[in-house]
Amino acid sequence: MAIVFDKPKALTDAHLHYCPGCTHGIVHRLVAEAIDALGIEGRTIGIAPVGCSVMAYDYFACDMIEAAHGRAPAVATGVKRSMPENVVFTYQGDGDLASIGLCETVSCACRGENVTIIFINNAIYGMTGGQMAPTSLVGQVTQTSPYGRDAKTQGMPIRICELLASLDAPAYIERVAVNSVANVRKAGKAILKAFRTQVEGKGFSLVEVVSTCPTNWGLTPQKACQWVDEKMIPFYPLGCFRDRE
Amino acid sequence: MKGNEAIAEAAIRAGCRHYFGYPITPQTEIAAYMAKRMPKIGGTFLQAESEIAAINMVYGCASTGRRAMTSSSSPGLSLKAEGISYLAGADLPALIVNVQRGGPGLGGIQPSQSDYFFMTRGPGHGDFRIIVLAPASVQEMADMTRLAFELGEKYRMPAMLLADGTMGQMMEPVELPEAEIDPADVVKGKPWAVTGTQMKRVHNIVNSLYLKPDELERTNIERFERYAKVEKDECLWEEYMMDDAEICVVSCGITARVSKNAIVEARKRGVKVGMIRPKTLYPFPKAPLMAAAEKVKAFLAVELNMGQMKEDVELAVRCSRPVATCNRVGGMIPSADEVTEAIVALAQK
Repeated sequence: MAIVFDKPKALTDAHLHYCPGCTHGIVHRLVAEAIDALGIEGRTIGIAPVGCSVMAYDYFACDMIEAAHGRAPAVATGVKRSMPENVVFTYQGDGDLASIGLCETVSCACRGENVTIIFINNAIYGMTGGQMAPTSLVGQVTQTSPYGRDAKTQGMPIRICELLASLDAPAYIERVAVNSVANVRKAGKAILKAFRTQVEGKGFSLVEVVSTCPTNWGLTPQKACQWVDEKMIPFYPLGCFRDRE
Repeated sequence: MKGNEAIAEAAIRAGCRHYFGYPITPQTEIAAYMAKRMPKIGGTFLQAESEIAAINMVYGCASTGRRAMTSSSSPGLSLKAEGISYLAGADLPALIVNVQRGGPGLGGIQPSQSDYFFMTRGPGHGDFRIIVLAPASVQEMADMTRLAFELGEKYRMPAMLLADGTMGQMMEPVELPEAEIDPADVVKGKPWAVTGTQMKRVHNIVNSLYLKPDELERTNIERFERYAKVEKDECLWEEYMMDDAEICVVSCGITARVSKNAIVEARKRGVKVGMIRPKTLYPFPKAPLMAAAEKVKAFLAVELNMGQMKEDVELAVRCSRPVATCNRVGGMIPSADEVTEAIVALAQK
């Protein structure tokens, strides 16, 4: 009998702690598949954030570092400058990357550090129980925007890919989603390409993955995937923002 | 050589090839020196976007087993506190230089020792310590740089050079070690480092998160067992004219140098006075102070703050003798005359 579907080697056997319907598991798998495809697990160092994916260090089989909230791009810089031949990636959520770590994110991209950032945008702080994120949509109800995000007092959501695409240095920036089989396939290709960009020494790569948080959105997993189509993607259009081939 | 430059050159000779920093007076010469030297020797000089980023770059670099360093001055340390706590929590060695200036807030840019409490109590959240060395000459700036790397690695904890601005800015002859440490050697013997599994071992994880309280408690206790060894074995101090002393000055950095002159002067005026100069602020040399307390009638803490080391002296001697202070703050430095008068006044009490 032939094995037609298997767990990527770059994932450990640890049991994922994510909520039912959360898309972190899918993205973990896509990252691990990219590492497997490029045969780089032995020389890859991953950096986990603070947030729901804080324990990603237990899930990836490569060497891992746990960073302080938002500081993963700075930690990645320190690792990459120490070992330029190694592959370095960070895995960060929207609060981590786009709020508390915005300075580190922009500066890392601006320097064109040859690292890969996987950015999970689910428009909410999941780990702390559903507070407003910098990427929460206008009108979105969260624990800290109980009447819906008000653009007048709470500002507009931030579009990271567009922001970073205004910089000269980044080599590859793409936004994808994982709310349908077709989108997951595209996301897998983008993540693989991001890692390949680094392996080929082209410079900074970032893939923003529009993700779900059924628990804190108060939706079923299926409805959450619909909400991505109806609300998230219209504000966060999918596509490639930089591709320096 | 300038004190700040001595630190930079000594770090390079100690096998450090990675410097991450952010400009701030009065330590910027370290960055400038590194910016010149590192590219020529295959090292990294990186001017980070902030002190927060710089210390986190150090965290990343130290995770790979390299000798990594950053330098800053007082206000910058407030920002680095987060990263230092994570370094301590992940048991990573690294060198942090703090060339102190007056505070709080933006304060001033003149010399100070006002970060004494902040650094010696563990600069950051959580229960931890870092090794703190207090140089009093350009020679010690160089020597203690190498020592800080070595102690940090021996005990797997961050180590700090805590200088006052004077030490950074003054020029003195300095003898640097001829024998340079090969950067390739400093990576050896660190099985915990994240260097890639090479598919030959289970993955290493550099981490400070322990969600189970009993596990976190264990890590804290284990860390303090190491600190106990540090306190037992690594205290450094200098004794000056202590043989017959009835007054003991306690001082570090620039004020220790001023105090030496004052001690000579006070002795001319018939006061039997000596000095214990802590060279390590953590671990604090309690034993020689306790021994001195048997002989002297009072201590005088001479420092550039409102009386911070004074409290450590009181703790060390268990308040068995009075501890007076002679201090200036805000960037002011007491003159030898001021210290002499304080010594004489204390002797006459």
